[in-house]
Amino acid sequence: MDYRLQMNDISKRFGEVQALRDVDFTVGSNEVVGLVGDNGAGKSTLIKIITGYHAPDSGEMYFNGEKTEGLTVARARQLGVETVYQERALADLQTLWRNIFMGREISGRFGFLDVDKMMHETEELMVGSMGFTSSAVAPDSVVRTFSGGEKQGVSIVRALHFQADLIILDEPTMGLALSEVRKLLEFVQGIKEAGKSCIFIDHNIFHVHSVADRIVVLDRGEVAGEFVTADIPLEELMDKMYRVAQTGSLD
Amino acid sequence: MTSRVEDQSIGQIGLWRTSLARLGRNYGLQIGIVGVLVAIWVIFVIGAPRTFLSPSIYAAYMSTIPFFAVMALPLTMVIIAGEIDLSFPSIMAIGTLAYVSTVGATGSIPLAVIACLIAGFLAGLLNGVIVVKLGIPSLVATIGTQFFYRGAVLVLTGGKPASLVSAKGAIIREALVGRIGNYLPAQMIWTIVVAVLVWIFLNRHRFGAHVYLIGDNEESARLMGVNAAWTRMMVFAVVGVAAAFGGILASMEVNYFWVTLGEGYLLRTLAAVFLGGTSVFGGTGTVFGTFIACFIIGAIEAGIVAIGLTGFWTQLIYGLIIVISVALQSLLGRRLA
Ligand SMILES: Nc1ncnc2c1ncn2[C@@H]1O[C@H](COP(=O)(O)OP(=O)(O)OP(=O)(O)O)[C@@H](O)[C@H]1O
Ligand SMILES: [Mg+2]
Repeated sequence: MDYRLQMNDISKRFGEVQALRDVDFTVGSNEVVGLVGDNGAGKSTLIKIITGYHAPDSGEMYFNGEKTEGLTVARARQLGVETVYQERALADLQTLWRNIFMGREISGRFGFLDVDKMMHETEELMVGSMGFTSSAVAPDSVVRTFSGGEKQGVSIVRALHFQADLIILDEPTMGLALSEVRKLLEFVQGIKEAGKSCIFIDHNIFHVHSVADRIVVLDRGEVAGEFVTADIPLEELMDKMYRVAQTGSLD
Repeated sequence: MTSRVEDQSIGQIGLWRTSLARLGRNYGLQIGIVGVLVAIWVIFVIGAPRTFLSPSIYAAYMSTIPFFAVMALPLTMVIIAGEIDLSFPSIMAIGTLAYVSTVGATGSIPLAVIACLIAGFLAGLLNGVIVVKLGIPSLVATIGTQFFYRGAVLVLTGGKPASLVSAKGAIIREALVGRIGNYLPAQMIWTIVVAVLVWIFLNRHRFGAHVYLIGDNEESARLMGVNAAWTRMMVFAVVGVAAAFGGILASMEVNYFWVTLGEGYLLRTLAAVFLGGTSVFGGTGTVFGTFIACFIIGAIEAGIVAIGLTGFWTQLIYGLIIVISVALQSLLGRRLA
């Protein structure tokens, strides 16, 4: 199997907290991986290492078979990683188009911005993917006044816009209306059909079970187990999740 | 038929209304600040028509306002980035000292101007390094470097001023502070050049986009790949260059380098930035607002003198302007939130 991402023996500590311990984690070149575990299990920490935000204390990472060291967020995005962070990563006082292109502005050789192009693409995204109908919203509207779900939409559309090879979604359904959740899950299926990869984190096991090819269970910073979704019925997965939370072991 | 036309026109009006509202939201502060400038001007013209209708007062304005305006414009970026710099008045002196020393050593005035700007850049960069690499709040860091830079100037000069007469007649001096057509001070042109440059970099360049982002929400910016540390260090360095430039303009104008150069500039420069609508909380602010506010500050100073009040009043009024501006920002911010 071809791997989009391979991580070996990744550890990360924040002061007294060992957030991750010797974690091995892979994502296939056309695979949706569900990542589940209790609050504080280390899911967000793991994906922030993949996005280059945190540097691991130890361990190795390979993107498309090539070893990467000193990864930065900008480099990871060049490598085709886009992310919906749990904390949404928006700048409230800035306009919609500046949020969409945050850290990845369209610019010429000397760094001068192509504002018209960014505004135009934002406009298209609003009509096409975001489904914004309110007339008060324009590419140069400030996102501070958006509703929670709208902000969430901005963050999701931003991740999908750049045609990334690996899309990371950290609790993307949180705060979304039912119809929006359905749309999001269809998006994830679309990622799979387009031959791309996805890491999908969600506390709702129904969502994860319905879209993931494989599910990895994290517990207190360690991988407690993993399952191919097709091989494990939903009820059994739920039983195992409870058991992990209580005893720290799957069986 | 008619009803469709009416529907359309209602739609048109609605569209107009939302775009007017957006105009108000986006440019309200800038329209307001221009209103303040015009109001002050009208009051002065009515109060002292002979002074304020003669061209000479405006020549005087345009000769003195640039000294702090060239610093206030880049300082706007520091404030937008959520930081502050109190050390730039001392960097004015550092820069001119570098100029004087270089002229003394090489006799070359162009070289000396370059040395001046480099000294300013390094002093500003040191501020940035202390803030970013050591994680010290910029308020505290630049109080420290303010005294450190001033102290360095005093130690190196022994407190002795120096003459800049050697630059008299030199092309560079004419270009920096000469009078175009015997009227327009060249430093005014430089102020416009600085304003245009800062505007372009702030609004039409990745650098400025990142300045806004780190001032608004640094965590978000970093999660999305913005190099916050580099951006932060560079805004301090740019203010350093600007302060050295302001210092050399002010010294060239009077042909003299006083070791106290820069004292008195802190308050009016900061007042211009805050009065111009740049948020003390970071994330918002405009070059246009600062530019207009510089002229308001200059006008107020002239007004204080014209009314016959002492210089003590200027401090009181600048202080009041800062307090009122930031208080208004806080109140407005709370209303929007
Ligand atoms: N920047 C940080 N500094 C200090 N500790 C941190 C930091 N980030 C995470 N931690 C700690 O690391 C552990 C793992 O956190 P993480 O956010 O990865 O959990 P999670 O699995 O995403 O949880 P949740 O489901 O609640 O989002 C927690 O104990 C958390 O307190
Ligand atoms: Mg998390």
